[in-house]
Amino acid sequence: MNKIDGAISQFQSMDSMAKEDRWMNQIHPSIKLFLTVLFIGLTVSFPKYNLTGLFGMILYPFVLFQIGELSFRESLYRLRVVLPIVCIVGIANPFFDRAVVTRIGEIGVTGGVLSMLTLMLKAVLSVLASYLLIVTTSIEKICYALQQAHFPQILVTEVLLIYRYISVLLAETRRVTQAYHLRAPGQKGIAIGAWGPLVGQMLLRSMDRAERLYQSMCLRGFDGTFHLKEKSHVRRTDILYLLIWTALLLILRLFPVLEWVGRWFVR
Amino acid sequence: MHMADALVTPAVAGTMYACSAAAAGYSIYKVRKENDPRKIPLMGVMGAFVFAAQMINFTIPGTGSSGHLCGGMMLSALLGPYAGFLTMIGVLLIQCLFFADGGLLALGCNVWNMAFYGCFLGSLLIWKPMMSAGTNKKRITIASILGCVVTLQLGALSVSLETLVSGITELPFGVFVATMQPIHLAIGLVEGVITAVVLCFVHEARPELLWGAKGKEEGRFSLKKTLGILAGAAAVIGGVLSLFASAFPDGLEWSMEKVAGTTELATAGGVYDTFANIQEATSFLPDYALKGSESAIGTTISGIVGAAIVLLVCVGCCHLFRFFKNQKCIN
Repeated sequence: MNKIDGAISQFQSMDSMAKEDRWMNQIHPSIKLFLTVLFIGLTVSFPKYNLTGLFGMILYPFVLFQIGELSFRESLYRLRVVLPIVCIVGIANPFFDRAVVTRIGEIGVTGGVLSMLTLMLKAVLSVLASYLLIVTTSIEKICYALQQAHFPQILVTEVLLIYRYISVLLAETRRVTQAYHLRAPGQKGIAIGAWGPLVGQMLLRSMDRAERLYQSMCLRGFDGTFHLKEKSHVRRTDILYLLIWTALLLILRLFPVLEWVGRWFVR
Repeated sequence: MHMADALVTPAVAGTMYACSAAAAGYSIYKVRKENDPRKIPLMGVMGAFVFAAQMINFTIPGTGSSGHLCGGMMLSALLGPYAGFLTMIGVLLIQCLFFADGGLLALGCNVWNMAFYGCFLGSLLIWKPMMSAGTNKKRITIASILGCVVTLQLGALSVSLETLVSGITELPFGVFVATMQPIHLAIGLVEGVITAVVLCFVHEARPELLWGAKGKEEGRFSLKKTLGILAGAAAVIGGVLSLFASAFPDGLEWSMEKVAGTTELATAGGVYDTFANIQEATSFLPDYALKGSESAIGTTISGIVGAAIVLLVCVGCCHLFRFFKNQKCIN
């Protein structure tokens, strides 16, 4: 599967998952968005040597994967983008920070190793949190939540339009590149001589498409804003969900809960 | 260049969100003022186009590798800086949600590093001045390559600074910058060439689509407003980020400490004493803090005052340059 096919199938699969009728999908989008941002904010705020404290945050994605009946394996695919960058940044830490900060039995663990592992865990957790948001909430609902949070209307409209046209333009790009590669077999990418005409033609067609889109939107009464049909009310369950998770996440961030639990068993 | 959430602390992320929000607020105001309802669907479709075009691999001649388009410079050359900036925000938000390219918390950083430099600095300070004298292939090529290289260099430098201030990596700042800048120089050159050939094609086929071309009334460059945004950003960065400034020695001080055993070399003599006295008399912010103040507020005020002084010196130098240039022309 090439890059474009991969992107199209990823879009389709996430979109269909977000539109499924599951318990997690029913939670109010504003609450899910708030909790995701809170979780990521608290996760990345952990000090660089506090790996044990950070382990407690695993609870959030773990529970959500369970109650949302989601596949953990599919989410791992997203880590391919983030982990290499984080590894490059974090890999230097063990070389520069060699002071032993803790010991596991007889083995001394240096600050660099600990901070590298913390960094990687933070990356994994933050990626999983945004994955959980997008597979349980459709883009329309996220835009509705943004609208509720007084996000500028022009940006909300634009995000919806971009999202709506990505699949159309990705399909067109696939057709164009497929046609090119059929005429230039064995070639890895697009040759320099074709860069301008190939992308330029696509660009001009897209601009013409935008003009036609504008005219058709005007015919349907477009006044510069999208009126989202997603008008969901906050239920008692939603408030309970918000309160429980906010309290849990704050407790996990502020207190060494895992250490307390561990001391019950290890003395 | 997309920054992941794990690479920034909430303080840095918040500061960069504030900077990006200020630029976005101004862009929204400008787009609304233009009052062109056609622009909204155009921005949406162009955002989707950039997304799709990023999936195309372009073979780099003479190498076995391929590059791809980033789009900030191209969007601002077609939509103008303000609409281009807003479109890039939409693209970055969708990339972070659907492809984990960047993070929700680091979105402010990514918008600043990739959209602000490309759309504001690239188009207002490079594209627009070059096109104001008339549009031709040579100018488009130079503006595209120069714009992409400069804005990517600035973006890469910002990534290094944001990571450094967040205290994520133990990698010395010098090494980090020395790694980031050359990589992004190559990426900038490739992106610049791709942008140039596409814009040259548009210039040949439909020249009226290019923003800032001579004869078009829209999007006049306002130096005062651009400086205003930059001043605001400098105040936020200087005022807020300086709270998290490292107390450890910088690269030069570190080197001196290793060689001489101290960060400040002992010096004596008439010339040294004279200049030291001048510095003592004029310095009201010794070591970037208010005299006698070691507090965070002192650091913040120092940061803001420092940013204001640098800005004033820059503006003064520009005025002096223009004054002497005018004098030369009169003579």
